[in-house]
Amino acid sequence: MSDQLLVSTRKGLFSARRTARGVWDLDSVSFLGDNVSLTMQDPRDGAWYAALDHGHFGAKLHRSRDRGATWEELGVPAYPTPPEGHVEKDFLGREIPWRLIRFWCLTPGLASQPGLLWAGTLPGGLFWSEDFGATWNLVEALWHMPERRKWAGGGADVPGIHSICVDPRDGNRVVVAVSSGGVWHTKDRGKTWTAHTKGMRADYAPPELVEAPESQDPHRLVQCPAAPHVWWLQHHNGIFRSTDDAMSWTEIKDVKPSVFGFPVVVHPKDPDTAWFVPAIKDERRIPVEGRVVVNRTRDGGRTFETLHKGLPQAWAYDLVYRHALDLDASGERLAFGSTTGSVWISENSGDDWLTLAEHLPPVHAVLFV
Amino acid sequence: MPRVAFTRNLQRHVACPPCTVAGATVRESLEAAFALYPNLRGYVLDEHGTLRFHMAVFVDGEPISDRKSLSDPVPATSEIFVVQALSGG
Repeated sequence: MSDQLLVSTRKGLFSARRTARGVWDLDSVSFLGDNVSLTMQDPRDGAWYAALDHGHFGAKLHRSRDRGATWEELGVPAYPTPPEGHVEKDFLGREIPWRLIRFWCLTPGLASQPGLLWAGTLPGGLFWSEDFGATWNLVEALWHMPERRKWAGGGADVPGIHSICVDPRDGNRVVVAVSSGGVWHTKDRGKTWTAHTKGMRADYAPPELVEAPESQDPHRLVQCPAAPHVWWLQHHNGIFRSTDDAMSWTEIKDVKPSVFGFPVVVHPKDPDTAWFVPAIKDERRIPVEGRVVVNRTRDGGRTFETLHKGLPQAWAYDLVYRHALDLDASGERLAFGSTTGSVWISENSGDDWLTLAEHLPPVHAVLFV
Repeated sequence: MPRVAFTRNLQRHVACPPCTVAGATVRESLEAAFALYPNLRGYVLDEHGTLRFHMAVFVDGEPISDRKSLSDPVPATSEIFVVQALSGG
């Protein structure tokens, strides 16, 4: 059971702790005033990593080995120099720079791969480090893959990798999700890549491209640690699930109040249990009827419960981004944060919610540590 | 030798007091400054050595014209000022 939560926001990295009385309180802040994109905890050594997006000064990476008391700056990925005269454009004809814009995902390798980290970035580069983030290498095969030219901006103005799943059975098997550009698999630690999106559909694409792998806009992809053949996907078009190692997907329809949203988390031990934060789709991007709710399924998506006890049920316009919902290792404690600076925590799988904060800067990500 | 000064807002991230360096161009002068403060480079330039979009460099009060190669000449008595470009209001 985790008693501490890290909240990455537009203006700093906030920490909240559960007190002896069972109350959650904010207790410290790092990088106050700076834009913190996300954090990662490395289960192999306990280190925390924080990705910053300074705007003026670029994207940076910091690590703490003392749970946030002190931080050291690490290296950052470098995009290769484009060929002379090369102007790259996305699928819609918009220019894509070959330079690091933002970290969008950090994922550790397995226990058998000490020092190995993966970083997904905007504008679409996947990088790995073998020295705990001191130096980074581009996954060349994915970057130079012709199909990458069909990616487009979705969750940001340029394409980006926001989900990296390292298979707990084999650390050379990695699956990444791209907004917008599909779900890509490697079995050889990045040397070759294949898209598997059978069953997904992209209603927002022209009819000819509805089923094209690169048209798919995954918002967040997760793999059940205890049943790694089971995957959940919050897609721009709705909710999808795979029970065959993410090779094919089944759409889960008619979920109230909405199948749209950004985040998804799956129970660490029960692949049939997952949580979502629904919202109105493209037209508005706000909670349905101004009510903040969490959807939970416990039967693999056949039915959903809409959880709301303790959450605002009127005049609430909190949007929750893809990394802003987290579940602790017990599968009982959940937290999510919103673009309007609210954070809620549940200690009973979402049945009841406590308000941790209402006036933080916009929340990009939350993480139990 | 030109003198290079960095915006106060950078000092919060990397200690970089003003320095006097050898350099006949902006590139040479900044590289000399980065040799003194290695962590500073990535805050001012991107991975290709281009001035970051939201940064600005002035030589004796004039914005430089070559933001990519940083080839603007720097007379020996010049003051180079590295500052944030205004953005976000």
